[in-house]
Amino acid sequence: MSFGLFSSSFKHCLLSRPDVNPSNLKLDNGSRVAVIGGGPAGSFFSYFLLDMAQRSGIDVQVDIYEPRDFSHAAPQGCNMCGGIISESLVQLLAVEGINLPATVVQRGIDSYMLHMSVGSVRIGTPLHEKRIAAVHRGAGPRDIKEVKWKSLDGYLQWLASDKGAHLVCDRVDHFDWKDGRPQIKTRGGLVQEYDLLAVAVGVNSGLLKIFRDSVSGYEPPRVTKTYICEYHLGQETIEKYMGSSMHVFLLGIPRLEFAAIIPKGDYVTVCLLGDNIDGPLIKSFLESPEVRRCFPPDLPLDPPSCHCLPHINVTGATQPFADRIVFIGDSGVTRLYKDGIGAAYRTAKAAASTAIFQGISAENFRQYYWPACERIAIDNRIGKIIFAYTGVMQKLRHDLRGILRMVSKEQMKDGCNPRMSMALWDLFTGSAPYREVLLRMLNPVFVGRFIWNIVVGSLPIKRGRRP
Amino acid sequence: MGAGDLGRVYKDGEVIVRQGEAGDCMYVIQAGKAEVLQEQNGRNMRLAVLAEKDFFGEMSLFEREVRSATVRALGEVRILTVDKRTFLRRIQEDPSLAFRVVEHLCHRVRRLNEELARIKPGT
Repeated sequence: MSFGLFSSSFKHCLLSRPDVNPSNLKLDNGSRVAVIGGGPAGSFFSYFLLDMAQRSGIDVQVDIYEPRDFSHAAPQGCNMCGGIISESLVQLLAVEGINLPATVVQRGIDSYMLHMSVGSVRIGTPLHEKRIAAVHRGAGPRDIKEVKWKSLDGYLQWLASDKGAHLVCDRVDHFDWKDGRPQIKTRGGLVQEYDLLAVAVGVNSGLLKIFRDSVSGYEPPRVTKTYICEYHLGQETIEKYMGSSMHVFLLGIPRLEFAAIIPKGDYVTVCLLGDNIDGPLIKSFLESPEVRRCFPPDLPLDPPSCHCLPHINVTGATQPFADRIVFIGDSGVTRLYKDGIGAAYRTAKAAASTAIFQGISAENFRQYYWPACERIAIDNRIGKIIFAYTGVMQKLRHDLRGILRMVSKEQMKDGCNPRMSMALWDLFTGSAPYREVLLRMLNPVFVGRFIWNIVVGSLPIKRGRRP
Repeated sequence: MGAGDLGRVYKDGEVIVRQGEAGDCMYVIQAGKAEVLQEQNGRNMRLAVLAEKDFFGEMSLFEREVRSATVRALGEVRILTVDKRTFLRRIQEDPSLAFRVVEHLCHRVRRLNEELARIKPGT
């Protein structure tokens, strides 16, 4: 059966076999599940599928196909990401019994510095607790000399293996149907049929084109380019210049929507998001005084230790499921700009619980898995509105002064409701849905205080670079 | 506290939650141990010792009662707080998140039943 003929021929195949009525598609004892991609989405899916199967008394076999070895440094073991695990995900994983170890977490983050063209301000968590984890997805950047921390992806893969998943170190490069079941072929020549296929590859994978052509209704997510680079500073220097704070920038640089510097163990990660990120834009950001102040004055920022220009999602996939196939993580739907690992956890778990408790037909996924994706997709639309506003606001110095003043006052007063601080915290760390951030911003008290701070912050006597 | 340690460190003997106080979060032990104490007639009775991955304070997420016991650090302990709002929002979307909490409560009921049977062997 060829990819192009999938729609009609697969339906024909189903109709011609009485035992594969889509409404009867379920996982049972002895069912075989393939997971393509051993990043967070694939590992979370395998872990929770096996966990729920064991609770339900079903014996399923899970094979994870991942060609990369995450214990290797540089691109061979990296999944190209900023490497932040949001506050909400750290908490939820702890409830699930997954405490992220210090052998994986390179730095616990308890605050962030917001840098704007009108000044900088530190925003701390109300509980003064480190609840954001900075990690490396692989073993580290290209020039790493000693691997001191384990990779996050490697750790999650170990959790899945510990639950019973079988890791196959081979690249899947071909997909087909055999008697109504997904069949995959690997570069190493392995051919296997499965009852369920979970696709957990990233948007930088060429495999998604094959699925677009072969899975009816599936259209991969639309993407944009981002820039990520790493600088080696050493633990002492990072402690001195950044401590446990993430640095966030709203500098009004054209085409740059958002930028962050994330301190890790021996390295710091710089992430830029925007339209058509290119050399001049990166240079303009790195040379701005607000950014230079975060680094030792004598440190050359070019070239970095490692850098990449990976794609990230700007929309979700269309219909990320079919009979016996589900797309999770970035290949399905993820959160806009933030908390990609959190979205991988959410979609992976929703797909796993659907497969175990409801079934594996397209209708089952539509009814029980799709709502989880749709919630993220709807929230992303709200996120786009908020980011559009922050894009405009970066050019309005009066608004920036209002934000600076309001946050500074909130951070000085212990016990007051830090409305602006919390809205910005949740927006920049991805700790809460964008909908919640928007509702906070539309609160009349928030609006009133913001206007007041814009007015007072703009008075000539109050003007200053730093509060 | 190491750079990669998450949560907050409590020193030996430091009270994490106090019996009778209002609470709106639960706690997960990341490293170390804590003891659960209940005050009765002016004396503290140790109910349990909790270790890594154990959690406490979960009752306040489901009922509007004050803390039923005091939890105190037994040596240095590192603890992560879980917000009521984060937990309840997520449980609306994913009820299976409650599996471990229910499992924990079942374990506690089983332990209390065994304790009760030991106290009242003849009845």
